[in-house]
Amino acid sequence: MIDNLVQPFIEFAFMRRALVGSLAISLTAPPIGVFLVLRRMSLMGDAMGHAILPGAAIGYLLAGLSLFAMSLGGFAAGLAVALAAGLVARSTVLREDASLAGFYLVSLALGVMLVSMRGSSVDLLHVLFGTVLALNDGALILIASIASVSLVTLAVIYRPLVLECFDAQFLRSVSPLSSTTHLLFLVLVVLNLVAGFQALGTLMAVGILLLPAVAARFWAEDVGGMIAVAVASAFGSSVTGLLVSYYVNVPTGPAVILACGAFYLLSMLVGVRGGVLWGLMPRKHLEA
Amino acid sequence: MRNRLLTLIAFAFVMLGLAGAVYAADKVSNDKAASGKVKAVASFSILGDMVKNVGGDRVEVTMLVGPNGDAHVFSPTPADAKMLAGADIFFVNGLGFEGWMERLENASGFTGALVVASGGVMPITMHEEEGHHHGAAAEDDDHDEHAKDEDHDEDEITDPHAWQNLFNGEIYVKNIRDGLIAVDPDGAETYEANATKYLAAIEAQDKAVKAAVAKLPQARRKIITSHDAFGYFGNAYGLEIIAPEGVSTESEASAQDVAKIIRQIREEHIPAVFLENVTDRRLLDQIAAETGVKVGGTLYSDALSDKDGPAPTYLDMFKHNVGALTAALSS
Repeated sequence: MIDNLVQPFIEFAFMRRALVGSLAISLTAPPIGVFLVLRRMSLMGDAMGHAILPGAAIGYLLAGLSLFAMSLGGFAAGLAVALAAGLVARSTVLREDASLAGFYLVSLALGVMLVSMRGSSVDLLHVLFGTVLALNDGALILIASIASVSLVTLAVIYRPLVLECFDAQFLRSVSPLSSTTHLLFLVLVVLNLVAGFQALGTLMAVGILLLPAVAARFWAEDVGGMIAVAVASAFGSSVTGLLVSYYVNVPTGPAVILACGAFYLLSMLVGVRGGVLWGLMPRKHLEA
Repeated sequence: MRNRLLTLIAFAFVMLGLAGAVYAADKVSNDKAASGKVKAVASFSILGDMVKNVGGDRVEVTMLVGPNGDAHVFSPTPADAKMLAGADIFFVNGLGFEGWMERLENASGFTGALVVASGGVMPITMHEEEGHHHGAAAEDDDHDEHAKDEDHDEDEITDPHAWQNLFNGEIYVKNIRDGLIAVDPDGAETYEANATKYLAAIEAQDKAVKAAVAKLPQARRKIITSHDAFGYFGNAYGLEIIAPEGVSTESEASAQDVAKIIRQIREEHIPAVFLENVTDRRLLDQIAAETGVKVGGTLYSDALSDKDGPAPTYLDMFKHNVGALTAALSS
């Protein structure tokens, strides 16, 4: 049994690389996802997948099918959208979700127009988005570096970040770090997303970002606990997804995300904190 | 109340008028002028090249999916619809290659002739999931049989890349010639002459390909390429084609598919892996890196290269592909 679980990784280098890549993204994305969930910015990941198009298009217009140029452009566009959305949310009547929706749609339309101006039938995003089965050295180094940078940054800004999630006004009144923290956090989000798209494809990048974090809510009440559960479940789901894709012959990205989803449903039912089934069990009445 | 009713009626009339105008514009006749070139639109570059060869100076050819383009993910623009509306004849491949064709035809209001170039071609089918072609070396291309598939629970779709067999290429040329004659009977002699010359060139190339493959040792006649577009080529010329994806560039590979291919390369000592001018290289690079096979160069399958590239015409495409194949497989 153990043999079956381990054998694919022994036999094939691409499986080992996929494992390492999944481990890297499972370390870096779920903590950020936890904060996104807490700040009610959960749909940001998906929106960002569309928002990076004009940046990639400009990179393509300037440098052809250069992965570096397109990723850089994508990162710049994603950052611009995230920052603009954040700024609007902080200073106008709109909240995060509405401001992000507005900007990402503009960005997407701009991207589509730019791409069609060049007149090529090449599906730009198709070229930009990778797959976990094809992680070359560059992609692995990219994710690993992003993971290192993210973890260190998160560690540094952890306390103001947590405080900003729960009471931004208070933080603004007692410390000048509020804007910096917010900014750094957005940079981390976009960085992880763009690197994730390029290495793993949109589905896996956004999925690993959000689903483990959402599931973790049912297991822990403090942020640290949530992060730990999210990271563990992300990696567990990645391994499961890879093995299922290997033995059952289904595409890998969706397999990993469905594994995350299965854990999410399980958590919703039997999660220690707020699981639905626990709520249905009869409890002792409090008596005076 | 009365004012509102009047406004509503006026508005309805305006809308009817607009609809009528659009409808009328749709029906604008586009007969070919008695003098002047035949306006032909070809769906993609390979077909466009063939039409140019048969039509010569009498035909003005435009292509929807240009060189190095991917017809599987092509999305027509209003400019394309406008171009098609003004055309006299529209050449398509058929066999399910152009998923967008019907919508474009309807949207553009095209009233000219439609020629399906693959009419009369014996199609081969393939599994969408499995990346395997059972390519037996067929002596007579006329009776091209596809191997009986053991698994019947996978999707079978028609392989549209019929032009990869030069014998089918001849069928295409004949259909193109007949289509042009029907639209422009005055040019019949020219089209016949051009077609005959072109057919001779295709026959010569067909013989050349067969000769080149015959020189390769039997054990080395297998390749891996990133897109299942060479089924007809493999069947006709005796090469076994293995690919990690399905027919179009849209399906995603599973870990088991990739593992199977790596295992097969290792077991059967497949010499080379080939890329293409339409898909992403990374998966293929990964397979090549893991097994140590040679990445044998680019093969052109769904589109020609541009004018300064190695495969600017249909016949050049074959010359280039065969050159790359024999170079990698004979060493």
